[in-house]
Amino acid sequence: MTPLLEVRDLRVRITLPATTVTPVDGVSFSLNRGEMLALVGESGAGKSLTCLALLQLLPAAASLAAGSTALLDGQDILALKGEALRKIRGKRIAIVFQDAGASLNPVLTVGDQVRETVQAHLPVTRAEAEARAISLLGEMGLPEPATQYERYPHQLSGGMRQRVMLAIALAAEPELLIADEPTSALDVTVQAQILALIDRERRTRGLGVLLVSHDLGVVATRADRVAVLYAGQIVEEAPTRELFGAPSHPYTRGLLAAIPRLRGPFVATSPMPGSVPDPASWPSGCRFGPRCPERFARCDTTPEITRHAPGHAVRCWLSERAR
Amino acid sequence: MTDSLGVPGALPREPSGRAGVLLLLALGAAVLLLPPFLPDPRAQPDLVAGVLLPPGWDHPLGTDHLSRDVFARLVYGGRVSLAVSLGAALLAVTLGAGVGLVAGYAGGRTDAVLMRVVDAALAVPRLILLLLVVALLERIPLWGLILAIGATGWLGTSRLVRAETMRLRTMEFVRAASALGAGHLRILLRHLAPNVAGPLVVATTLAAGDVMLLEAGLSYLGLGVQAPTPSWGNMIFDAKPYLVTAPWVAVAPGIAILLGVFAVNLVGESLGQRFGGHHR
Amino acid sequence: MNRWLLRRAASAMGTFLLACTLLFFLMRLTPGDPLLRLSEDRPMSPEALANLRAHYGLDQPVTTQFVAFVGGVLRGDLGASIEHGGRPVVSLLRERLPASLLLGATTLLLNFSLGIAIGAWQARHAGRRSERWVDLAGLATASAPSFWVAIVLAWAFGTELRWFPVAFMYDPLLPADASPLAHVIDYLRHLVLPAATLTIVTVGVTARYQRATMLEALAMAPVRAARARGLTESRVRWRHAWPNALGPMLALFGLWLPIVVSGSVFVESVFAWPGLGTLAAEALASRDYPVLMGTAILIAATVVAASFFADLAHRWVDPRLRTT
Repeated sequence: MTPLLEVRDLRVRITLPATTVTPVDGVSFSLNRGEMLALVGESGAGKSLTCLALLQLLPAAASLAAGSTALLDGQDILALKGEALRKIRGKRIAIVFQDAGASLNPVLTVGDQVRETVQAHLPVTRAEAEARAISLLGEMGLPEPATQYERYPHQLSGGMRQRVMLAIALAAEPELLIADEPTSALDVTVQAQILALIDRERRTRGLGVLLVSHDLGVVATRADRVAVLYAGQIVEEAPTRELFGAPSHPYTRGLLAAIPRLRGPFVATSPMPGSVPDPASWPSGCRFGPRCPERFARCDTTPEITRHAPGHAVRCWLSERAR
Repeated sequence: MTDSLGVPGALPREPSGRAGVLLLLALGAAVLLLPPFLPDPRAQPDLVAGVLLPPGWDHPLGTDHLSRDVFARLVYGGRVSLAVSLGAALLAVTLGAGVGLVAGYAGGRTDAVLMRVVDAALAVPRLILLLLVVALLERIPLWGLILAIGATGWLGTSRLVRAETMRLRTMEFVRAASALGAGHLRILLRHLAPNVAGPLVVATTLAAGDVMLLEAGLSYLGLGVQAPTPSWGNMIFDAKPYLVTAPWVAVAPGIAILLGVFAVNLVGESLGQRFGGHHR
Repeated sequence: MNRWLLRRAASAMGTFLLACTLLFFLMRLTPGDPLLRLSEDRPMSPEALANLRAHYGLDQPVTTQFVAFVGGVLRGDLGASIEHGGRPVVSLLRERLPASLLLGATTLLLNFSLGIAIGAWQARHAGRRSERWVDLAGLATASAPSFWVAIVLAWAFGTELRWFPVAFMYDPLLPADASPLAHVIDYLRHLVLPAATLTIVTVGVTARYQRATMLEALAMAPVRAARARGLTESRVRWRHAWPNALGPMLALFGLWLPIVVSGSVFVESVFAWPGLGTLAAEALASRDYPVLMGTAILIAATVVAASFFADLAHRWVDPRLRTT
């Protein structure tokens, strides 16, 4: 079976006045219909650029390196241009950004923004599009959707705005939803509601979901698989249960230790010291080396990502030594 | 921001900015160096046969209605026009910086009152203000003109400097200076003023362009630089009646103004990109 | 909304009165006596001068003069002209206002429609070589003195090519019983050169401003989101980016008015356009201070009103401002 989305060797370059950096450096993963893959990493790991690159929405200074491919049902969407690209965006791949408050246009009503997306991709009249928009708003859990339709983004709460963004994303029945930190600007309870909503759509519509988060705890209950991103590269990828049960990369273990526990005795969480280095000064050898508590001599050479169990791949010399 | 102005490394990077600098240097060099080689701009050699001659070998830009050499008058007029621009722009920006620094630093009531007055004054276009002032003074001397144009041009700059000062006031180094017991005046002059210098250079440049146009306009209405002193504006004023028979007499000074203002604006634009001091 | 409106209107009124106060003291503080300047041109006896002084209240203390002046402004009484057979200044202004409004409105309409079109095109192709040349052309035309452009256009298209009339607002020789269409065409033909002049010297600034605000708007998150959901490029630009660039453009509208007014002093005089600009230039030549002062006050009122309406329009365009 061809996967819904297969990303191979995705590289994003940014040209700075002095030098060129590669903040996304050879990312590969695949995603099936109805599956939820979580992409997890600290800020600066390259998560958002990966999302933007898939829809060719990179900022002007950034560009895709040659050799990057992203196959949607076998078709390379990174090679699309103009009208063909427009027909993919929103129609087959939808994206929800982190800050719904900033992503909604302040001068248009929320209903208008749902409706125009319906009209952009489906052969419907304005009235039909409006009816669909209202029912979508209702499905996303907005009370009195016909009233909300007429309101402006600033009149809604953060959670409501993210529901509107989801309604927009689902307006044209996409096959793939990219959710870039969809909940990190929200309260914990609202976070859970939004995630449940995304999960429901995945089940009922067979939607493939790429869920991006900096917080492993957020994705633990919903994702089928998790890919951990560090300094522009995937360092570990595994089914969720296995990743939580037997994390192989020291970085993954660090992320897990940093999840605050809700049950049991309160232990001070131990956030890893340091932060993701700037793309201009990535260390040679293993990029996590300088922060790694288990560093040894071999880490001065660059590890490749290798599969050491079915569906479980790691980029670390330790796991090789264990085998 | 570390490189100082005036060294070759401070030349603008964009070609248009460089073109502006070169154009200004060329204009400056022309009005400073050429006069010894030119005929007296007041000389009226031949009021019978030498009037309104078209451009030619003896008179590269022809002669005007009093048989004076247009090119010589253009160069001498350039001295006056450029001097007035520079003087009035510096005066305006100095006044604006003073008011802006005080308003931004003092804040509170002082600031409210000052900005209220600036708002009100901005409601009357600068040209109209100038017309009112200049109309009262017959045969305004050159320094009076500079004073009047400068004194009516500081409003925009004061707002710019005020905003910048308010931003800087809360910053660490100003607080530190204040904690170390520096007086208000010392903080204003030693700590705040140098930090608004970048935007001020931009403001001065752009103001010089505005002044050049205003001086030309006033002179064109017969209210600016007074005959027989030539200026680009009053040359157009003099040439008006002969437009049909001798268009070059009016066209030449117009192009000179256009080039001067354009060059100044080009420089201002590239400086603005460097210092980020946009005020329009 | 209504409270905001009241507060904003009161503040506009305050600004206007303060502007009038500044004008009053500017006239009093400037060295030079209006009546002495007047008597240089028109010899008169000391008694006549004293009479005039009393007539204009100039023998009163400054405070009394000021109170009378402000009272006059509030009642709509701006005194009497010295020229024009002592006609009230207000009636002169009223007579000249329509011509200036016609020219000003035409200019602003051309300025904004052309400026927005050019600026939006520039934003779309920002960085291209041809775009940079358009940008520089905008800067160059904004660097030209308006009266000189007026003279050159009048000479080229009026005197030489004879395409358009170069003076007055209409042809006095056109028979009054000519068809209404003929009259309209006549007005339009007279309007071409003055409006073109004012547009040429102002449109570059509008275009560059629109370019900057549009580029800023295009970089906003909602615009990226709109593009991400597959809207057409023109919808992304005009429906999503442009309204966000409109707010600053409205502020520019408030700033434009004084510039167009100043420009029209020159342009109206060159083309003998019977508006406020020519009135001011005539008043200047004959040292008719009450008329000059009256023109300045009217212009101040217009500028204050324009910025008031620009604010109002901004609230209408941006729903976020409406609910506060």
